[in-house]
Amino acid sequence: MSFDSPKEPAIELVGIDKKFGTVHANKNINLTVAKGSIHGIIGENGAGKSTLMSILYGFYQADHGEIRISGKPMTIRDSQAAIAAGIGMVHQHFMLVENFTVLENVMLGAEGGQLLAKGVASARKELKRLEDDYGLEVDPDAVIEELPVGSQQRVEILKALYRGADILILDEPTGVLTPPEADHLFKVLRVLRDQGKTIILITHKLREIMAITDTVSVMRRGEMVATRKTAETTVEELAELMVGRRVLLRVEKGAAHPGGVLMSVRNLTVKDSRGVTMVDDVSFDVRAGEIVGIAGVAGNGQSELLEAIAGIRKPSSGEIFIDGKPVAGVDPAGLRDLGLAHIPEDRHHMGLVLKFEEYENSILGYHRDPRYGRGPFLDLDAMRKDAEEKIGKYDIRPPNPRLRTANFSGGNQQKIVVAREIERDPKMLLIGQPTRGVDIGAIEFIHKRIIEMRDAGKAVLLVSVELDEIRSLSDRILVMFAGRIVGEKSGEAGEQTLGLMMAGIAA
Amino acid sequence: MDYFDIFISILGSAIRLSIPLLFTALAGLFSERAGIFDIGLEGKMLASAFAAACVAYWTGNAWLGLLGGIGVSIVFSFVHGFASITNRGNQIVSGVALNFVAAGLTIVLGQAWFRQGGRTGQVPPEGRFSSIVLPGADMMRDVPIIGPLYAHVISGNNILTYIAFLMVPISWWVLYRTRFGLRLRAVGENPGAVDTAGISVAWMRYRSLIVAGFLCGFAGTYLSIAQSAAFINNMSAGKGYIALAALIFAKWKPVPVMLACLLFGFLDAFANFMQGKSLPLIGEVPVQIFQALPYILTCVLLAGFIGTARPPKAGGVPYTKER
Repeated sequence: MSFDSPKEPAIELVGIDKKFGTVHANKNINLTVAKGSIHGIIGENGAGKSTLMSILYGFYQADHGEIRISGKPMTIRDSQAAIAAGIGMVHQHFMLVENFTVLENVMLGAEGGQLLAKGVASARKELKRLEDDYGLEVDPDAVIEELPVGSQQRVEILKALYRGADILILDEPTGVLTPPEADHLFKVLRVLRDQGKTIILITHKLREIMAITDTVSVMRRGEMVATRKTAETTVEELAELMVGRRVLLRVEKGAAHPGGVLMSVRNLTVKDSRGVTMVDDVSFDVRAGEIVGIAGVAGNGQSELLEAIAGIRKPSSGEIFIDGKPVAGVDPAGLRDLGLAHIPEDRHHMGLVLKFEEYENSILGYHRDPRYGRGPFLDLDAMRKDAEEKIGKYDIRPPNPRLRTANFSGGNQQKIVVAREIERDPKMLLIGQPTRGVDIGAIEFIHKRIIEMRDAGKAVLLVSVELDEIRSLSDRILVMFAGRIVGEKSGEAGEQTLGLMMAGIAA
Repeated sequence: MDYFDIFISILGSAIRLSIPLLFTALAGLFSERAGIFDIGLEGKMLASAFAAACVAYWTGNAWLGLLGGIGVSIVFSFVHGFASITNRGNQIVSGVALNFVAAGLTIVLGQAWFRQGGRTGQVPPEGRFSSIVLPGADMMRDVPIIGPLYAHVISGNNILTYIAFLMVPISWWVLYRTRFGLRLRAVGENPGAVDTAGISVAWMRYRSLIVAGFLCGFAGTYLSIAQSAAFINNMSAGKGYIALAALIFAKWKPVPVMLACLLFGFLDAFANFMQGKSLPLIGEVPVQIFQALPYILTCVLLAGFIGTARPPKAGGVPYTKER
């Protein structure tokens, strides 16, 4: 690298343009990334960040435009060419073979010969060196599926470095990490930068951009709208650039006025399909007029807890009371009749049938309601009229109840689910990941609705892996770790306190 | 005949019956570990049995017959690959279609060429793989226990039998000790990892199917010109499906595949032996019960006794790059 002039940028993208059918994913993008820097790229879902990085990594070819690596124009036809050009990528969904060891995963595609034996020895040595140089410690003989997520990510980084990457692209790297794990990742990234590597960080989390990047570029609707020095910008400015208008990042909410207990859970234990205990002897209450948030890293039992309360998963022991009445064995339809609404964590798997038209989804689960039909027959006119009302009230776009649900954006799909559940005026609301994959504008809207539900005296149980979301909405926070509730804090609890609890370190 | 002699004779027959299963299950091992379900093994076996018989009949050379069997089996693999890899079609549908094609085509061509109701002509002795007497088999015959075992079970098989057992360690070595094997296993678990490592997923899967076609060609050849001396209508008789069962039963691992095939071969031999014989107290048991045993066993064992059989994660799913 010494023979390059110091000003030579690591990457230059000039006029990159890409269309998928009628979707214009990247519009004439220009981007310059300085060597030895951490460059953030932010934007809402669908802004074109991932497409741009996929073009850089050879997953897609741009329709027009030029890629220059260290000043030299390059054609990157496939991942192999990207690797040869010194580009490594850490994907959001890890590209690891789960039943392989760390060593096998690192070697895959760079085995060093037809037979494995020779390559194994040199790979082992190289891994040790990378570990010493960058502080990336992982046991090379551990099997991937037995490693915690943070270590799996380290393997992804090691894979890229093993192939000699000088430029590292990380796609939403902290989505699956605990706060301490994320801090550790940032430490590693700083070391890498200081040793001359160039890092591109794709994220939608503004705080991460502020904490770690040197420069930040903002994308909106396929366009690169601005590039700023991180030190010279603010969270507010970036948010406005992302959305294209001013946004309220802070949720405005008054004090809670909790009433009587509406829902209580006593000594609930839930096992998953493999028989592993996912929820372990959990007890808590939710009162009318309060939002109880359950914080925790994904996979610590929150999903199973939510499903058990919603009647989807059978608990192996313990009890759930609604209005003081035990509801064990009541199915989801019965629970709905008792006033329990449920916005499931994964709208694609549980909340919606993507092939249905919008109006069909907007009554899903309430199709037996006499408003929408009689006996075995549905009243399509009534359903569509009802859907149109919700579309207007929730500003669902495009406002067409006959459109297939798959054709709505993530934020609008979520609004369809939220509208369906909230408009039934339930007494209790279960919400899982209310804003996962939802753009900032819709997040603001959904958060307001949730606060309104609370102020109307409903009991709200909120599960989210976004700690910011839990902190800004909840009146009380329960932290789950390894299936247990390890502590309760007020809504004002600090991020660090909660982060340590989520990692199982403090109670 | 005392019990030991009966046992030896069942064992010898078990070995012979397990060979087509073993070749076919190993074929399935290669394609399924690469993420391609191969329900068309049955059809490949049948087609290659027919091809081997034809070539051996015309040339009078067993090895050319084997080459013909392998060739046709690989062609079938390419059709499966074209449908399910290149065009991302449903692998089960493609496999089942191949089975029908093989069943129909062998009869039609057989009738057109030989006019014996779907049979091929009788293959001359030099066009067949005949049994090999291993050195010392005659001398050993009178040694108690080991003698008959050596003379009637280990010795006296044809060359394909020995190749089949040789294929087990070779398959293991290829899968676990070579670059090809590492990539093949990876592509069946997470093709995304292979793609992002700069390796072509499609070409990896095609290569796995070529290996599968190659091995399946041996199975068909064994049926028509080693075990018999002609091709007979539908002579694979569901062996491709039993091989698939053995593969699942063995959790997609080479050595357990061999053991499973031997077990299923043994059950088959036992069923043949029990034909027309009556059991004490029970009387004569319908032979179908014994013939159903491999399937029943697979169901029972899969239902819990061998733990969860974890198939290759990406099995059956055509690979598309995510957007």
